Order: sequence, then structure tokens, then C-alpha cells
Amino acid sequence: MKLLKLTALFLSLIWFAGCTTTGGNQAGADGQNGDVMVEDRMGETSGIDGENASGTGIDGAETQVIVGEGDYTGDEINDPNSPLANRVVYFEYDSSAVRFEDQATLEAHAAYLGDNPNVTIRLIGHTDERGSREYNLALGERRALSIRQILMLQGASVQQFQVTSFGEERPDVEGFDESAWQQNRRVELIYIGQ
Amino acid sequence: MTKQWLKIAASLAVLLPWQAQAELVIDIIGGTEAALPIAIVPFGNEGPTAQIDISEIITNDLANSGRFDPLPKRDLISDPHEKAEINFKDWRLLRSEGLLVGKVSTEDGELHKVQFQLFDVYKSQQLAGMRYQVPAGGLRRLAHQISDQVYEALTGEVGVFSTRLAFVTEVKGADGNKRYALQVSDADGANPRTVLQSKQPILSPSWAPDGERLSYVSFENGKTEVFVQEMRSGRRNSVAAFKGINSAPSWSPDGTKLALTLSKSGNPEIYILELASGKLSRVTHNSQAIDTEAVWMPNGKEILFTSDRGGRPQIYKVSVDGGRAQRVTFEGSYNSSADISPDGRTLTMVHGFKGKFYIAKQDLQTGTLQVLTESGRDESPSFAPNGRVILYATEQRGKALLAAVSVDGDNHRRFGESGTDVREPAWSPLRK
Repeated sequence: MKLLKLTALFLSLIWFAGCTTTGGNQAGADGQNGDVMVEDRMGETSGIDGENASGTGIDGAETQVIVGEGDYTGDEINDPNSPLANRVVYFEYDSSAVRFEDQATLEAHAAYLGDNPNVTIRLIGHTDERGSREYNLALGERRALSIRQILMLQGASVQQFQVTSFGEERPDVEGFDESAWQQNRRVELIYIGQ
Repeated sequence: MTKQWLKIAASLAVLLPWQAQAELVIDIIGGTEAALPIAIVPFGNEGPTAQIDISEIITNDLANSGRFDPLPKRDLISDPHEKAEINFKDWRLLRSEGLLVGKVSTEDGELHKVQFQLFDVYKSQQLAGMRYQVPAGGLRRLAHQISDQVYEALTGEVGVFSTRLAFVTEVKGADGNKRYALQVSDADGANPRTVLQSKQPILSPSWAPDGERLSYVSFENGKTEVFVQEMRSGRRNSVAAFKGINSAPSWSPDGTKLALTLSKSGNPEIYILELASGKLSRVTHNSQAIDTEAVWMPNGKEILFTSDRGGRPQIYKVSVDGGRAQRVTFEGSYNSSADISPDGRTLTMVHGFKGKFYIAKQDLQTGTLQVLTESGRDESPSFAPNGRVILYATEQRGKALLAAVSVDGDNHRRFGESGTDVREPAWSPLRK
């Protein structure tokens, strides 16, 4: 039993390390580091700094393990075998309906949020590149809100959520066919400052 | 067909009956315009050669408009630079009725004297002519201004060569991170200047009617926010940063208000923001639907917008005071991103069918729809301020670039590939 738990912890640490290495890129995706320069017509520049919040989500968090005589314990959210490890749900074209195969994932996240009322989560909605950018911005938000609604129906509460849409502006996969598009029509679930 | 053109064509009919008739026939039956031949003699130079070839810019302007067909240089029978040097009889042998001549002189390479004269060679008559003094840095602008005068003298319509374009560029840096810029160029795509740079996406630039301010959406603070920026000073204000979406700004024709999409109520709705007071009024109230992409009708009393209240995105019209919205587009499963011609008669939009997206126009009186483009990957149409051309974004071999099509669908042009992704075009108003 102890060996099993240790193995699970080891696996979760490997998984975790994988995530932290991508953390640098993720911070960009969080969109909290927008350095902005304004340039006037005469070519003079004046800088306007965006917020420089670090914007790390669950991927940049540190887990705590207790090293002692007894069993090791970790947070179930970092268990790669848990449905909680699944942090992206996908959608059909121009749809915000949750697919059957994502229901177990969402149930697990809802239960986790319900059990941990102090945990907050950011839902980031995305679309594929087809259609108008402004409409897609709205569609991305609708997808994120549709996930929020399901999580709330199953026990999470409204103050646990931040909802953002990037529309078609941040594709996960660059490409001009359905295989790329289906990976871009998504909502990312990002636990905040765990 | 303008009176001017008729007159010229009629005079051609006498002198060169075979050609003139062909042109008249095309004009009347097809309802399309044959490009008008014009002879542009390279401008004379006195003193140090100017950095900018004015007659070259004018030639490109007029050719790109699709309304003119400048004669090849080798066909020009002589190189006059002013009236006294023109033998009108000789020029009548060519098929061109318009003849543009001019010269540039400078002593110090900085201050330039420029003059041009446009003639009707059949009447031996000057149609337009001006003399200017401009600094070297103003030569390009002046060339576009002369193009406008030639265009107006020969077509009877306002030229748009000295207007500007706004657009968004995206480049991937060596570090793999994307950089976005809001740029403003001349109407021919030349002379681009960056007015905003960001690591985060920039969307939906919209020109104020005075051509001095731009509104746009920036993600620089991690979520959408609407800004208004003055072109001359670079100063800007955040005008909408509510919870949820803040996007799709569109200026009222009087320049005092912005129509916006805000989802602070929990759902994207159209609002009107009074810029001086900050007063916000809500226009749409459909909590189930996406309502976005407002654009003002020129009368300032109604707004066109995109809504999926009928199940799929279509264009609707609503009074700025709210009330019941009226559906405007019915053909195709996806119509969005409306823009309206300056006379309020023609709608252009992104028109989707069978999963592809084209630029189309719709006559608002008759409802007749015409698809104008072919790539199937077209978006963001924007009318030229004279209503003759529609600028839009498209893709070619995986690169995003700008293109333009005349409203009659006859003339297509692309703004060359620059290695940078270019999109979200907005054509400025006329220079005041």
C-alpha cells in the first residue's frame, strides 16, 4: 500500500515537473504580462505598462508533501490518474454544449470545488478561427459560462470562478483543418494560486 | 456613369468610333465600368531628383482603383511637362482622353515646388491643375492628393487616395512569443506607422469620423478592454473595462458616442457609451443570444449588429433607443461583421455557407445579395469612405493579408505579402 502511494506520488511529481516546465509559456497564455508601447504620429514613443502580475495558475503552484513516518499524502488534484488531471474540455463547431465524454471530468472538478470552497478557478474559453473574431470572442465566453453553469449545478459556487474569453486569438494548434480546429474549440480550467 | 464620362465617351465616339462604342456598350449593358484610359507623363525634374516619384505614385493609385487604365510608358508619344509643350493633335491619336503632366523642382532637396495639369486632349482643355510647395516629407501625401483631384475630375466622384488604413499585425518573435501591433498606413498600404504595440492580441480598430482618433480592443490587461487613442498625441484612455467582454467599438456618425459589446450583465449585449459623460445605455435585451459587432447607420438613428437569436449568426437592425430588432440578412447560414456604405444603401458582411466565408454585399432596399470574393477565408470587410471599394482580410498560403474588391466585384487587389500576418482592416474617413 505504501509502495503504491509512493509510486503515485512519484508519478504525480513527474507529471507536475512536466507542467512546471511549460509554466513559462502558460504565463503568457494567461495574458497578464502585456507590455504595451504607444507611439505617436511623430515617432515619439511613450510607454504604458500593463499589469505585470505573474499569472501562474495551478501549473506554477508548488505542492507540499509531508515527509514523515506515516503515509505520504498529496492533494488529489495532482493525481494524474484522477479525472481532475483533465483540464481542457472540447466543443463542436459553433456550439457551447458539453460533450458526453467530458461529463465525468466536470463532475470531478465540481466535486473538488464543492469540497474546497476556498479554491478558485479560471475558465478560459476559446474558439476555432472560422467566422468573425468578435462573434468568436462572445462564443468563447459562452463556452466558459456553460462550463461554469455545469460546475455550479454540481456544487461549486459562483464566487469560485473567473471567466475569460480569448475567442480565436489563442489557438492551441496552428492549422487550417478540422484536426486543428477541434483542438482549438475548448475551455481551459486553470486553478488559481493553489 | 457620370456626365463627365459620357461627354468624353461621346467625343471619343466621333473620333474613334470602334473603340468608343465598345466602351459605351460595356458601360450600359453590363452596368460595369470599363477602366478609363489615361496618359500620365512622368513628371519633369529640376534640381536634385526627388526621393519620391510623384507620377509613379499617381499612376499606381489610379491603376489600383480599377477605374483607370494608365497607358504604358512606351506608348507615350512625347514627354511634355506643361501645357505649352503639348501638341494635342498628336495625343488624340492615342486612346486616352485624359492627359496628366507636371513637374517637380527643388533647389535644396528639401522644399519642393510641384505642379500638375490634367487635360482633356479632345477639347484641348484643362480639367484640373495646381501648384504646390511642400517639404520632401510631404511629397508622398501630395501625390495621393493629386490622385484624388484627377480621380474626381474624371469620374465626378470623391477620391480616397489620401485617406488611411488601420490594421493589426502579428509577428512571432525569435523567443516564440507573438507580438501584436496596431498600424496606420496610407491608403495604398505604403508608409505604415505603428501606433500601439502589445504582447497581447489587439482587435477591431474603428476610426472616429474626424479621422483623428481610433478605438480598439486590447487584451493587454489579460482580458478585453476598449481604448480610444488620439492619433496626433498618442494619448489614450480606457473607456470600457467591465467584468466580462468589452469589445466591438463603433463610432457614432457625430463622433460623440461609441456602440460597444459588453457582457457585464452576463451575456453579450449592445450598449451605447456617451464619451463625454461616460453615460451608458443598453440597446439589446436578449439574454439568450450573442449580440455583437454593432455598426451605426449613417443617419445615426439605427444600428446594425450580429446576433444568433435566430439560432445562427445573422445581421439585425435596431433603433439606438432599443426596441424590437429587425432581421436584415436571410441568405446563408452565417452572416456577420457588417459594415455600411456611406450612403446607407449597401451592407457588406462576412457571408458563410458550406463552412466557407466570403465577403458579400446586400442592397438594403431590394435585399439582393452578391458574393464578391472567392477565397472562402475572408473576414472583416470595411467600406472605403467613397463607397466604391471594400477592404477586407484574407489568407493566402497560411499568411494573413489584406485585400480589396470594388463594390461591383470587378476589380480585385491584394496588399502584397510582407511576411507579417496582417488583419482587422479599417478604412479611415475622408481627410477633412
